[in-house]
Amino acid sequence: MIRYAKPRDVDEALALLGEARWKILAGGTDFYPALGNRPLSENVLDINALDALRGISETETHLVIGARTTWTDIAKHELPPAFDMLKQAAREIGSPQIQNVATISGNLCNASPAADGVPPLMALDVEVELRSLAGSRVLRLSDFILGNRRIACRPDEMVTAVLVPKASLRGTSSFRKLGARRYLVISIAMAAARMVTDAQGKIETAAIAVGACSAVARRLSNLESSLIGLRSAAEIEHAVMAASLDELSPIDDVRGTATYRHAAAREIVARAILGALGLSEAEAAA
Amino acid sequence: MNVHGHAITFEVNGAPATVSVHPVTRLSSVLRDELRLTGTKVGCDAGDCGACTVLLDGEPACACLLPVASIEGRSVQTVEGLANGRLSALQASFLEHGAAQCGICTPGLLVTATALLERCPRPSEAEVKDALGGVLCRCTGYRKIITAVAEAWKHDGDLASKLPETGKAVGASPVRLDGVPKVTGEEKFGADSFPVDALSVLVLRSPHHRARFSFGDVEEWRRGNPGVVAVFTAADIPGRNRFGAIPSFADQPALAEGMVRFRGEAVALIAAERIAVPTLDMATFPVTWTEQPHALLPREAQGPDAVLLHAHRPGNLLASGIVEHGDADRALRDAAHVVSGAFETSCVEHAYIEPEAGFARMDGDTLVVSACTQAPHMDREDTALVLGLPLEKVRIVPTATGGGFGSKIDVSLQPLIGLVALKTGRPAALAYTRMESMTSTTKRHPAAMQATIGADVDGSIVGMVFDGEFNTGPYASFGPTVANRVPVHASGPYRTPNYSAKGRAIHTNGPNGGAFRGFGVPQATIMQETLYDELAAKLGMDRLEFRLKNALRDGDATVTGQKLESGVGIVACLEALRPHWSRALADAEAFNAMHANFKRGIGVASCWYGCGNTSIANPSTIKAGITGDGHVVLHQGAVDIGQGANTVIAQIFADTLGVPLADISLVGADTAVTPDAGKTSASRQTYISGKAAEKAARALREQILRFANVSPGASLSFEAGAAVVREGEAARRIDLARLKANGEGYVFSARESYDPPTEALDEKGQGKPYAVYGYGAQIAELEVDRKLGTVKLIKITAAHDVGRAINPLLVEGQIEGGIAQGIGLALMEEYITGRTENLHDYLIPTIGDVPEIESIIIEVPDPEGPFGAKGLGEHVLIPTAPAILNAIRHATGVLVTKVPATPTRVLEAVRAREAIR
Repeated sequence: MIRYAKPRDVDEALALLGEARWKILAGGTDFYPALGNRPLSENVLDINALDALRGISETETHLVIGARTTWTDIAKHELPPAFDMLKQAAREIGSPQIQNVATISGNLCNASPAADGVPPLMALDVEVELRSLAGSRVLRLSDFILGNRRIACRPDEMVTAVLVPKASLRGTSSFRKLGARRYLVISIAMAAARMVTDAQGKIETAAIAVGACSAVARRLSNLESSLIGLRSAAEIEHAVMAASLDELSPIDDVRGTATYRHAAAREIVARAILGALGLSEAEAAA
Repeated sequence: MNVHGHAITFEVNGAPATVSVHPVTRLSSVLRDELRLTGTKVGCDAGDCGACTVLLDGEPACACLLPVASIEGRSVQTVEGLANGRLSALQASFLEHGAAQCGICTPGLLVTATALLERCPRPSEAEVKDALGGVLCRCTGYRKIITAVAEAWKHDGDLASKLPETGKAVGASPVRLDGVPKVTGEEKFGADSFPVDALSVLVLRSPHHRARFSFGDVEEWRRGNPGVVAVFTAADIPGRNRFGAIPSFADQPALAEGMVRFRGEAVALIAAERIAVPTLDMATFPVTWTEQPHALLPREAQGPDAVLLHAHRPGNLLASGIVEHGDADRALRDAAHVVSGAFETSCVEHAYIEPEAGFARMDGDTLVVSACTQAPHMDREDTALVLGLPLEKVRIVPTATGGGFGSKIDVSLQPLIGLVALKTGRPAALAYTRMESMTSTTKRHPAAMQATIGADVDGSIVGMVFDGEFNTGPYASFGPTVANRVPVHASGPYRTPNYSAKGRAIHTNGPNGGAFRGFGVPQATIMQETLYDELAAKLGMDRLEFRLKNALRDGDATVTGQKLESGVGIVACLEALRPHWSRALADAEAFNAMHANFKRGIGVASCWYGCGNTSIANPSTIKAGITGDGHVVLHQGAVDIGQGANTVIAQIFADTLGVPLADISLVGADTAVTPDAGKTSASRQTYISGKAAEKAARALREQILRFANVSPGASLSFEAGAAVVREGEAARRIDLARLKANGEGYVFSARESYDPPTEALDEKGQGKPYAVYGYGAQIAELEVDRKLGTVKLIKITAAHDVGRAINPLLVEGQIEGGIAQGIGLALMEEYITGRTENLHDYLIPTIGDVPEIESIIIEVPDPEGPFGAKGLGEHVLIPTAPAILNAIRHATGVLVTKVPATPTRVLEAVRAREAIR
């Protein structure tokens, strides 16, 4: 007999996770498309009554985004400019209909290479909080998403929060999504950039991530370090064009070729960086 | 917890509701199946189309993705809750602006826009787009939706007394006569009126492109699955297990017989009680597949080792067409300038938002099928043949149809649900899943084309050679039509004195090619119009002037040798574009002088298209009557799939009869009561059924006036139980109630047919294939991002000659909707079997992808059409893709030679050119 449970609090949910295998149902925007018109074949743990997991709060060290926080919640929440990229991504995930119910942890747990939420969260250096009856643990996002549709969540665990270190609240940010149509589109590639500059406007810290160009979105650490100390749009564009981008390993699919993705990723990375810095592209008549 | 009987209480449209269902049941199912609120539509069950949007505590959400458990204690608003005694301002605005065509996406749009207007009563265009980006519409091209939402604040919700007066219907744009139910959620589409006791029908389909199959112990499986009432296979089909839109080519089994020829082909039917379906696992059905070698491309299907799809069609050649006029080879040899090229197009899915749906039931010994369709009488013939029933024992009662565009001409589920109803005696209902709809029904033929066109030193076209190979998939459907229509049209509306064109439809195991708005002509026009730009460049001529110089004029002969005496409107269309062309070129030049990475381009392309079947009889019959109590009843059999036939045919009829449009009562295309007005296809309804309606109205009018013994100029009106005839000062009242009524209750009635006067094409394709042609030309303005290969459309200006715009608002609706589909063809649509069988991998334009459209309606009357009218439905998408490709080349210097021109293809082309430089 397939079970259904809708626990009232997190402890009850954890107890259930400890006694059987469950498929967790939150926003449902990935759950139902994956189910299609087949009958349920797994126990369903409906976490939609866990009010404690929804919303954004603050601790000494972190900003805490509850696992059930929706993309609309994030887009509407007042947050520092370092989060602009996350808010821009929040408005590009599916449609408003999706954003109103889809959750931040769902986007992570679904582990699609094209998850729009992942690059900005990577550029915020977030950590994922997991809880089980055995206790809780915190993983870096890159240690949580292991591959295409693979995550480091044990069957007895659930994601309870996404933790943003206070250090990541610095800087300004921007997100660029590339799709084959304007709305409701799976990304061909996307880039998120968070830039911290010094008093002279020189880049002090760069956090740049690219999605849909590898099994899991990747930070571009080589490029990040090569940007340190740069200031002008021309310098930055030069650094992006010179970067190897060998962190990326795009594939051919119906949305674009690997060659295209490589070229396009470079371009949207440049645009995201310039966008984060409020610089316009060096545009000259040909 | 007993999850099956769990009571969940919430509020729907202000009233409390309690349902007892599994908590994970989708809210869309609960609304539709439990509460019978069928205004909320299911288009994809995956959040990809937004048709099921409801407001949950005031915010839009897809009901197909909401577990009903999440609704406990909350408030849901559906389309049925928008009107409060009278239409909301938004609903009225939708009708006023023609924002609802077929109406299937309308509830989702209205609900979503209602939430927007709640927080932002006077939204900008950008705000409307951002809010509605998650709802797909396939008919309208979105522009009228944007206007209807942005200007809803101006509306008072009052639509009364806005119908035109006597004699003023033609040329007016009244609110569509079938419009109100489309905005209230009351309209019943294929899946909206299933009988509560109907068996649910599930279809087992092939997962393979080609395979043999055999069944295991089906009876044991049935017994092991409580609620499964019966299983049917090809062995149960009582009639001829072959259907096809063209009877002489009928080759498609309703249920495959031991061998499947494409992925998605039906092999068995499972009839089950509705309550058993959610837990029924079709994956356990005892079928064994043995995959066989397959060919998805014509190249593979014509190779030396290729297996024949049908033994009697050597070379897998389904059909070929040819048109030869003059001596094309010689003309090209002698031409001053010659250009050649090759072009490929992709498989395109119709992607109407309503998947095929309907139900069948027995009425005595008559099988009644209520389903969405474009061709009820063809459904009747094919269903009767497959089920071995006499024609009169099958009745088709069409439901509203949520988009068709060609694919709902062929039967889909009609024989399947018919078989279940016939065999079980119970009503049988089926709504295709999105994947089922996409895999099993027809597509636009992928084309591989080559052409050469030559001109003399002055820029006059001297000759053209065209060859087009069309991937027609496993079964005939309309493949022969494509093969024949293309050679007739591949010249475009231009004087081409020497011409040789061939079209071939080749069988493969790919998706089934069929009818799709234009029957291959949109593909062929890309080939011809992109070469025209090259030729103009060689000649150093302006691209628009080059087209004008060669455009057909009254008195010219077409490539089939047909002399067009009058009504040729292409010159008027191109001339109307002149000021827009020079303005657009200047704008682009100014922009390009300032930008390097973003380049603007302008393109133009034309179309012509023959209305009705190619040299084959396709009559329409229209019946009308006057009842004893003075009602005017029009049996309007031209199926309205959103394009507006219910309104247009009534407008023609009303003005000819000489009564106000408001007096006309419509009876739909029920085959038991309404004569055959032919299929809604080939841009034929306004012209052919309109002409039949004109004839019927005239006959009815003559009867009444003759009865009253007055002259033909007398005026006619109806009141309760009477007809009043006035001539000069004199008035005569005919007491209708005292006249003897016929079996249908009519005291006067008329039934008239019209068939276009065409002539057969000879072995060289010479003759008069169509009696009426429509013409058009469009300009595309766009911006290419040279670094990303993305294309942003800025504006489309479209001039279309419709002869006479019976209803200008509906004309604009066709233009805008056709352009949106042309945009999809040009930039994003590519159906790949096994990979894009849903609406998130298969992309159609959203509200953000259709730019401003300026429609210019040209009226060059046709001597044959009713009130001078010509067809329009297919013409409108033909010029869009070539105009876009020509604009991309203008912007970048390169022609993309395969559509869709995705960012990958555009960037590849741009970089290849940069590498050469």
